Amino acid sequence: MDDLSLMPNKPIPPGKDQDAILGAVADEIANRGFVVAQADKLFNWARSGSLWPMTFGLACCAVEMIHSAASRYDTDRYGMLFRPSPRQSDVMIVAGTLTNKMAPALRKVYDQMAEPRWVLSMGSCANGGGYYHYSYAVVRGCDRIVPVDVYVPGCPPTAEALIYGLLQLQKKIKRTATIAR
Amino acid sequence: MPSLPKHSLPKDSLRQAETVEEWKQHFAVALRKSTEDITVFRGELSVHIELDQLIAVLTRLKDETGGAFTQLSDITAVDYPERTPRFDLIYQLLSVTLNQRIRLVVPIAEDAVAPSVTALFGCADWAEREIWDMFGIFFNDHGDLRRLLTDYGFEGHPLRKDFPLTGTVEVRYDDSERRVVYEPVQLTQEYRDFDYESPWEGAQTSMRQIDPSMIAHEPSSDEEQND
Repeated sequence: MDDLSLMPNKPIPPGKDQDAILGAVADEIANRGFVVAQADKLFNWARSGSLWPMTFGLACCAVEMIHSAASRYDTDRYGMLFRPSPRQSDVMIVAGTLTNKMAPALRKVYDQMAEPRWVLSMGSCANGGGYYHYSYAVVRGCDRIVPVDVYVPGCPPTAEALIYGLLQLQKKIKRTATIAR
Repeated sequence: MPSLPKHSLPKDSLRQAETVEEWKQHFAVALRKSTEDITVFRGELSVHIELDQLIAVLTRLKDETGGAFTQLSDITAVDYPERTPRFDLIYQLLSVTLNQRIRLVVPIAEDAVAPSVTALFGCADWAEREIWDMFGIFFNDHGDLRRLLTDYGFEGHPLRKDFPLTGTVEVRYDDSERRVVYEPVQLTQEYRDFDYESPWEGAQTSMRQIDPSMIAHEPSSDEEQND
């Protein structure tokens, strides 16, 4: 059993070895009343289950973001509550055109968010400038200002597409092997 | 400021006017303008005036038409780079009581200074700031003529025709300086225009390079009928 515990992420095929481990877990519970699990998995499960997005609507994408939070799609079902303060938020949804003038404010809000934090770039403008790529006033992608975890394409993306992106972010968080970020 | 002679607009005749041509006659009399200075386009009046008449005409329209044109909808400008004077200032006014709009067109040179109309119309404050920001037309006696829309420390006036589309600076976050920094624009790909159909955009450069023999011959409807 010791050699198996060195490789915690490797699945154990059904058979004698698996029976031995399951039997050992059952014995632990029966004898001591608790089992030891992997802390990072537990933390990531908790984190992905209560993603609180920072409300950062910049343009028409914000309307679709509002749809995703309203009663029809209701991101609250995934534990996602929109917060008005960066200090209470885990994920920032950059929903819309990021202008040069807004860029320092966006970065300030991102810096105010507590770790661990994630950024979801929503729509063509936030992904790479989009329609305004050659404009004198628009940042060519919000990843020039903040590190982005998930890009949602579309102009604007539908509320479904945003929720799909948020679920992809949940997957990404669950895949993370460390607690520290 | 040269003031126009005192002559109130005939308020009742304004109300009774039924066609836009009748309006035109009334305004020509009231504003002491020739009818040639007033044009009608799609049922709306445009009055072409000089810069030094601006305050006087606006005052008349606001105060001496029985309080008709009390609303200044917008001020805007047009850039004609090849023309002298270079710009047109456009004042859009609305009369709620008369259900009529009127447009003042004021040519202004690049180095000329326009009089602010904020004393007459409070809403002109931001409109004039926007024109200063976008076109670089200066307004006298405005009081707070800062840029309205563009970035802090922005250089240039974007709606001038000679302003480059992509501007001169772009921003990014610098990890070592821990702040958003400004750098000269570096585009990974130049702006391209694919609108070959437009006679204004791509025609000169792109259409000539197409070999006529490469264009497939499409049979006309006459030939099809012969078959």
